[in-house]
Amino acid sequence: MTQMPDDPVDYIAVTRDTYTSLGYAEYRWADNSNEPVPFAEPTKPLAESKVVLLASGGVYALGDVGFAHKDDLTFREVPMSTPTNQLRVTHFAYDETSARSDINAVFPIEALRSLEQEGVVGSVASVGLTFMGGIYSQRRLGETLIPALVERVKELEADIALLVPV
Amino acid sequence: MTTSVTSAWSITESVRPPRAVFTDFPLGNTAGPPHRSDVQLDIARQALSLIATDSEPGTILPLSHEWGEPWKEEARELVDHRTERFETPQYQEVKDREAAIARHGEQVATGEASSRWGQSPWD
Repeated sequence: MTQMPDDPVDYIAVTRDTYTSLGYAEYRWADNSNEPVPFAEPTKPLAESKVVLLASGGVYALGDVGFAHKDDLTFREVPMSTPTNQLRVTHFAYDETSARSDINAVFPIEALRSLEQEGVVGSVASVGLTFMGGIYSQRRLGETLIPALVERVKELEADIALLVPV
Repeated sequence: MTTSVTSAWSITESVRPPRAVFTDFPLGNTAGPPHRSDVQLDIARQALSLIATDSEPGTILPLSHEWGEPWKEEARELVDHRTERFETPQYQEVKDREAAIARHGEQVATGEASSRWGQSPWD
């Protein structure tokens, strides 16, 4: 099933070469290629499952605190009932033009609402969990942000996490 | 269980999430092009369908949607597009900052995030 498409942009190579050309230290990617994939089998049908959306594009709702662009290990809870014209993005490392024109480009809130109405999924968690990627320390992520997100996903009693990086 | 959408093939191969669909779009459009609710819905549907199918651990499924305009040459340029990494909360619009101050207070809405690195950003 995993067959590489034609000619994808190799962002590892592009980022490594860009950093090197600028004289920066080499970018350190997460490399789990020798680790087993953390895989769980479904325990119930999709149509009975609750889905929670997690997105790293720096999404926040109007009235909430934005993200610091350096070392921000916090996350926001975005009510999935929020009108899309009250959703915002802030991020230092990707072109936000699409997201600011239509938040669904990085936070598919309306698609999930539709799939819930169709009955494809049982329900959608009341909030989506958002943070701002581009955090360099895998150790800090593993010790701080990720455990906090996992705890919240469990509290929400979600069966499925849909991850949307940028 | 986890499923995901990605537009960065090599990074996803390195990270190895449990399941992913691949959208060959410029970064910033992972979940679909803006104002294309039909494409966005199909991408979310296929990402969730990976849960129901008997996918192998680490599956990355390329989807057939195309961006429609040339974009890869620019994406491969060795250019640092990052903006300054400010240490205080940043907002899309000035009024967002004012709304956050009204709800959370000035210190929280404009102060430094509580977590900080040591000497090395990689630490």
